[in-house]
Parts: sequence; structure tokens; C-alpha cells
Amino acid sequence: MSDYKNPMGESPHQVPVLTKRFGIENSASIDVYLQHDGYKGLEKALTMTSDQVIDEVKKSNLRGRGGAGFPTGMKWGFVPRQSPKPKYIVCNADESEPGTCKDRPLIEKDPHQLIEACIIAGWALESHQGYIYVRGEYRYLIDILDRALGEAYSKGYLGDNIQGSGFKFNLYTHTGAGAYECGEETALLNSLEGLRGFPRIKPPFPAIVGLYGAPTVVNNVETLANIPHILLNGGEWFAKLGCERNGGTRLFCLSGQIARPGIYELPMGFPLRKMIYEVGGGLRDGKKLKAVIPGGSSCPVLTADEIDVPMDFDSLGKIKSMLGSGGVIVIDEDTCMVKLLQRIMQFYAHESCGWCVPCREGTAWIKKLLDRFHAGFGRPDDPDTVADIAGNIMGKTLCPLGDAAAMPTLSIVSKFRHEFEEHLRLGACPHEKAPAPVS
Amino acid sequence: MGTMISQQLKERFQTLLGRYPVKRSALVPMLLFAQDEIGYVSEEIVEEICRTLDLPRIEVIEVVSYYTMLRRKPAGKFHLQVCTNVSCMLLGGESIYDHCRKRLGIENKQTTSDGTFSLEEVECIGACVGAPAAQINYDFYENLTPEKIDRIIESLTAQGK
Ligand SMILES: Cc1cc2nc3c(=O)[nH]c(=O)nc-3n(C[C@H](O)[C@H](O)[C@H](O)COP(=O)(O)O)c2cc1C
Ligand code: SF4
Ligand code: FES
Repeated sequence: MSDYKNPMGESPHQVPVLTKRFGIENSASIDVYLQHDGYKGLEKALTMTSDQVIDEVKKSNLRGRGGAGFPTGMKWGFVPRQSPKPKYIVCNADESEPGTCKDRPLIEKDPHQLIEACIIAGWALESHQGYIYVRGEYRYLIDILDRALGEAYSKGYLGDNIQGSGFKFNLYTHTGAGAYECGEETALLNSLEGLRGFPRIKPPFPAIVGLYGAPTVVNNVETLANIPHILLNGGEWFAKLGCERNGGTRLFCLSGQIARPGIYELPMGFPLRKMIYEVGGGLRDGKKLKAVIPGGSSCPVLTADEIDVPMDFDSLGKIKSMLGSGGVIVIDEDTCMVKLLQRIMQFYAHESCGWCVPCREGTAWIKKLLDRFHAGFGRPDDPDTVADIAGNIMGKTLCPLGDAAAMPTLSIVSKFRHEFEEHLRLGACPHEKAPAPVS
Repeated sequence: MGTMISQQLKERFQTLLGRYPVKRSALVPMLLFAQDEIGYVSEEIVEEICRTLDLPRIEVIEVVSYYTMLRRKPAGKFHLQVCTNVSCMLLGGESIYDHCRKRLGIENKQTTSDGTFSLEEVECIGACVGAPAAQINYDFYENLTPEKIDRIIESLTAQGK
């Protein structure tokens, strides 16, 4: 009885590349895929050498859509040519960054696009085996992918002799079972090896020592989905779709208090103000904008005065935030930023794997302090204490989850300090009718 | 007598084993697929997996306890997982969750006495553009309101009988 609807938004500003087949009936079937440029990128790749494929990806200025924006071609270039161990391709479909829900339609509507990408990656890196790691909550996507994989095997796009080329590649699905931390690439590899999702110390990076200790490329679903298009139309074409050093389009998930929430495929560098007011139709109920989380809950928050920014990795970096995972969360004037931060920290405290002290203890303490503060029992030095704890997490943890918790905290305490002061003055949350009970 | 492991599940385990150079890799999928069939990770499942993967019991239990979706006790027939994370919270996710608590008379991770419903407050389920959202078993429900949740609960109650 699921009532899940098409999450794609409608806007004339969209540039459909990854989503161009979404509207076609049976878009997930191999027949439809083949009628619409399907597996043509792979056919082209098979006529090229590994180095030529990697060069094309380098030229495209494709950067990782999982969050960090690392240049994909460069990452592929780190994988050693010669390896005594078999190399692996791993697709990260763990999608758990709050505000992010784009990998899901990419798999649901066009699983072959991702499968083709994994095979091309295999060809480029001389790997013969790959896994698609899907978060457990997306259980139905495993069935969609398994069906598509079966079709690809029967049509000779996977297996021992792909399209008569002699190239062998096997691809499998793998499921997680609920853990945000398993999205972190080394924790994901441990999870894939049947362990708890604790991260590994880097270096060595997965490109050198990854799955089963062998060279491994880990890429996000959306990152990979671009690959067939880059092969088919050329790296230069792809680079031109976006802006400087940021090739292609991006699937932005517009959520929160926005009039027209949805996933929109827009060119890299699309202006944030235009995204909110033209693409998303402005705020709900004509409210005023207070803040924006530009790329999932780990990103430093932007104020309403900071939205004249192009949405690309470098421009957001310049204003000390991040493009992250593409989850744009819009926040209106009636939202309490203390409450918002409390909820963000509830998430990180819950998801901290507990391996290192600053993250495990720090996230839990910030959350507790904010529970009390928001309920009206704050002390004048609490905001500084919160910032101090976050400062002691930042850069001092084993994996970037610690930073992911510290960054929104530091930004909200400094940019919305006046809201903390207001709570102190009133002895209650100004946005709630009665003080909330301490939980 | 405990739960039986079906032939279908055993075949699924065999397929999984064929996918990895190291057997242990099949552990998390095995646990989740077994739970899908039986409703939870029963003692029989743990024993069967220990045998199949040559793992000591503690190493399986350790993994079960790490992953939030895996449970050692049955949930309700309909497991309501209400998201209260940021995108959902901004559109009333917490009041949807509170409404469910009151309506079902249970708290987080509890099950109704007739075993029909269980409730859980969950983190982002990847339906943020349809917020506020919930998952019931594996099905997604979006743009929830208290009235809409009431209708869903009513129809599931009828189905549960
Ligand atoms: C705590 C944490 C969670 C992450 N979750 C995800 C995720 O769900 N999906 C994803 O693709 N990358 C996630 N990442 C980023 C991955 O570690 C990795 O950078 C990414 O998969 C690399 O792929 P890309 O270069 O294609 O972006 C996460 C990182 C951290 C630190
Ligand atoms: S930073 Fe947090 S999630 Fe990462 S290893 Fe440390 S405790 Fe675990
Ligand atoms: S925040 Fe609720 S589904 Fe993402």
C-alpha cells in the first residue's frame, strides 16, 4: 500500500542527462535502455585503452557526488596498473546523509545506467568484479538491481566475455542493514567483508588497499551514473555542461520548507537563490527564508544573506560551506535554530560508531546540552561550551563523521548566536507555545 | 520448537556464498534476508549462519548488535518507522511520530499487545522530498498528516485481522 510517488520535480531549468530516461515507460528494463543509447558508452569504451578511458574521465571534470567532490579521474588514476590481487569496483549506494534521496531514483528508474557505469569502470581499471552496496532500507532496490543484472548477463553485457571482447566482469548487489557510518568508504568495505561498520585508518587509501586488501575504487551512485554519458559524448562535452573545474549536472534534492520540493537535475554552478525561488517556487506559505543547508546535514549552514552563491564544490568551499551530497534543505523564519541543531546532533550522536572518544563523547554531550538548553534551562556559557566541544571534535577523529557533526554545530552557534541568547532571556524556546519537556 | 529455515532461504544463502571470495562477506545480507522471512534474527538463524560461515557465535552477535535494522525479537506485523530527521522535522515529522505514539499507545521500539503494530523513530530514510515520511515494513509513505496516518493505521488494522 506504499504511496511513494515520483520524487522528480518539474522545472524548465533542468538539464536532463542522468534523468533523461526517467519519464519513459519501463525505463528500468534493458530493452528500453537499449533503445535509448543504452550500453553505447560501454561499446565505445571497449574500443579504447584503459588509459584513454581514464583520460576522458579526467577531461570531464567529474567530481565525486558522495560528498567530498574528489576528482573521479584522479581517483581512478591512483589505482595501480599491476596488482598481484584482483581489483574491485564498489558502488556506494548507502545514501544516508539527511536531506539526500537522489541515488534512489537513479537506481529505481534507470538501473542499467549504473550497471553500465560499473562495467566501464571495471574495464578502465582492469577489474573483473564489482559490488553495489545498497542501504538496507532500500530493500526494494536490491530486487530491481538483481533483475536488471540478470538481464545484463543474459544479453552478454556481464559475464566472461562481454560483447565478444574477451573482457570479463561480474557485478553483484550487497545490502547493508542500517548504519549511516557504513556510507563512509572504509567502514563500507568492512561492512562488505561481514564486519561491523568501523572505519579503517587512512592512508592506505582504498585505491591501494581496499576490499580484501586489494586495490578498490569506491564511487557514489550518481558519480558513476555519469560515466556512460562521458564515454558516449566525450569528456569535453561533459565539462562544458557545468562550470569551471566542476563538470556536468547535479541532482539537487530540494527539501524542507520549500514550495515545490523535489529532485531537480541542474547544471553544476546553478545559483542557489534561483534554485530556491525559481526552481523550488520560494518558501511555503510565502514565509521568509532564514537559512539553508546546502548539501546534507553535515554542511555548515548558510544564512539568508549567503545564498548568492553558485552551487559547485569550489564556490561553496570559498564561503566555508560544502556542496556535499546535493541535499538542499530550506529553512523558514519560524524555525528554531537551536532545535534544528539539537535534532542534527541527535542524529550524529546516534550514528557515531563509538570507535573514537571525541566523536562518541562529544556528539552525545552536545546533544544533551542542547536538549536542556532548548527546553529553557540553558546557562549563559552553554553556547561557548557547545562550540568548544565541537572544536575538540573537528579534525581529531578517525573518520570524517566527527567533522560532519562539528561543522553544522560551529556554523549554527556562530551565525545564530542571537537565537541562543533569546532562549536564555526568555527561559524558553521563542518558537514553541510551552517549554518542551526535558527528554 | 523454534522457527524453521525454509528451503528458499537456504538457496538464497547458497547464492550469496557464490558472490564473494571470502565467505564471511555474506554475513550482513544473510542476516537481513533471514529477518525478512522470519521477522527477526532468531537463535536458529544465528546457529545456521555460524555453521554456514564457520564463524564463532560471538562474531555473529557482534554484527547483529551493530546494525540498527537487525533485531533479536519479533517486531509487530506492521513496523512503523517514522522519520524525524531534519527535512521531516521541518514539516512536522515529530508531531507525526507523537501522533503514532498516542494512537497506538506504545513508545519507541515497543509493540502493541496484539502484535499488530510496532513503532520506531528513525533517521533519514531517503524520502526527504516527500517529507514528512515513514516506512512501514519496507513500504514508503510520504507527505504525512495525522489524518493520513490515521487512515493508514485503520486500513492496516483491517488487513491485520
Ligand atoms: C559518515 C560518512 C557517511 C558517508 N555516506 C556516504 C553515502 O551514503 N554515500 C556516498 O556515496 N558517500 C558517502 N560518504 C562518502 C564516502 O566516504 C566516499 O567519499 C564516497 O563514496 C566516494 O565516492 P565519490 O568520490 O564518487 O563521491 C560518506 C562519508 C562519511 C564520512
Ligand atoms: S569519528 Fe565517530 S564515526 Fe568516525 S570512527 Fe570516530 S567514533 Fe566512529
Ligand atoms: S529527513 Fe526524513 S526522509 Fe530524509
